[in-house]
Amino acid sequence: MSEVPEDLRYTKTHEWVRTEGTKAVIGITDFAQGELSDIVMVEAPQVGREIKKEEAMGVIEAVKAVSDLYSPISGKVIEVNPKLGTNPETINQDPFGEGWIVKVEMADPKEFEKLMDASGYKEFLAAEGH
Amino acid sequence: MDAKTPFYEKILQAGGRMVPFAGYSMPMQFEGIIPEHTKVRQSVGVFDVSHMGRVEVKGPQALEFLEHLVTNHVSKLQMFQAVYTVMCYPEGGIVDDLLIYRLPEHYLVVVNANNNAKDQAWMREQAEGYDVEIIDRTADIGQLAVQGPRAEDVLSKLTETNLSEIGFYQGIQTELAGVEMFISRTGYTGEDGFELYIPAAHAEAVWDKVFEAGKEEGIAPIGLGARDTLRLEMKYALYGNDIDKTTNPIEAGLSWVVKLDKPRFVGKEALEKVKEKKPSRRLVCLEVKDKGIPRPHDLIMTEGEELGHVTSGTFSPSLQKGIALGYVRRGHTKSGTELKIRTRRGEIPVEVVKPPFYKNASHK
Repeated sequence: MSEVPEDLRYTKTHEWVRTEGTKAVIGITDFAQGELSDIVMVEAPQVGREIKKEEAMGVIEAVKAVSDLYSPISGKVIEVNPKLGTNPETINQDPFGEGWIVKVEMADPKEFEKLMDASGYKEFLAAEGH
Repeated sequence: MDAKTPFYEKILQAGGRMVPFAGYSMPMQFEGIIPEHTKVRQSVGVFDVSHMGRVEVKGPQALEFLEHLVTNHVSKLQMFQAVYTVMCYPEGGIVDDLLIYRLPEHYLVVVNANNNAKDQAWMREQAEGYDVEIIDRTADIGQLAVQGPRAEDVLSKLTETNLSEIGFYQGIQTELAGVEMFISRTGYTGEDGFELYIPAAHAEAVWDKVFEAGKEEGIAPIGLGARDTLRLEMKYALYGNDIDKTTNPIEAGLSWVVKLDKPRFVGKEALEKVKEKKPSRRLVCLEVKDKGIPRPHDLIMTEGEELGHVTSGTFSPSLQKGIALGYVRRGHTKSGTELKIRTRRGEIPVEVVKPPFYKNASHK
């Protein structure tokens, strides 16, 4: 069973979001990293880029598969995890902590409230048969 | 309901992450593709390959029939020796790639799991008029591949036989781990190693003994994920990806298993023509120059012009970069040629390189 921390919000494309004031920290869930396994490259959006909710903003390459990274919210990218350039496997090791991918200055904090909470995401995973 | 190999319970206990594959429930990975890959390159790993098809061919005309069926020489096999070959359709497309062993009482044919039913139907069709028996042994025999530079060290602890005397693609009938079985120095990784053909009833006991014997070497179970990265680094073709009904062995770089000096075999006339006219495309090795990982079906390009497509692509754990196999139109296949692959991330520069990608493999 993959881990689903209670204090985060989630998307159907398996990203998670945590807020720090008006900033949103974004990563992929434990379930997503487990499915991908062996992440070897992360192409994150550049700092300064304006992104829209549900936009494909990056690419995650694992040994056996490639996956798009969708933005759970709209806003402006203010930071990219510098660790992932040399140690992309950090996402596999600690998807909700050290393996965060980008920080975004939110355009509309209400978008955050509309995302699935932990119990909603758990139900979603169960409904998908995981 | 997916079928289970004789090692299924052992694999579950070892933490295998199971996926449906070729009608079986098989482990995609255990610890992870990269650590498993590295284990096999540096020490030793164990693959359950019982999902592959094992077919016995015997009878007075077994040899004649096999010579008719496949492109390589079968009559040149010494006792307990193996040969890698393909069998083709009359039009030259590939039915499957396979191993044939010469054993005292029969020939043992080992085919791809995905093709097992198709192959056996094809073999029976082609056997018409030959005095042969074709017997499916898939469920009777468990097959383990013990692969890596330390494979011989580990297995030597379990048998009286001097394994160092067994040459590449040679085998022996022996007692190993207390069980009478056939073993051969073969594999699909590029590393030294053996394949064990174990009566299904003894499969679990042998699994336990092999892992016990390999403790010191850090032996580990290996899944389908690493099996694919290991074979791809060696440019070993995978049926369904790199070769199939629509590809012929000449363009796939398998001319070395097509013996046009044989009096006849299915597909010979078609392949003679291909050889004479030179194939219009070839399967080449492509190495990514910077970042990016090619995936199957990605287009191979030069200056906006489409040259072919990727048939296998992955991240190479040994080279730490993307590698791919793909068919490329004649005139662009020389090593050193710079091409582009159109991936999900955009076009990435690649170079045609000589096989294999990984040059330090330990196989004998």
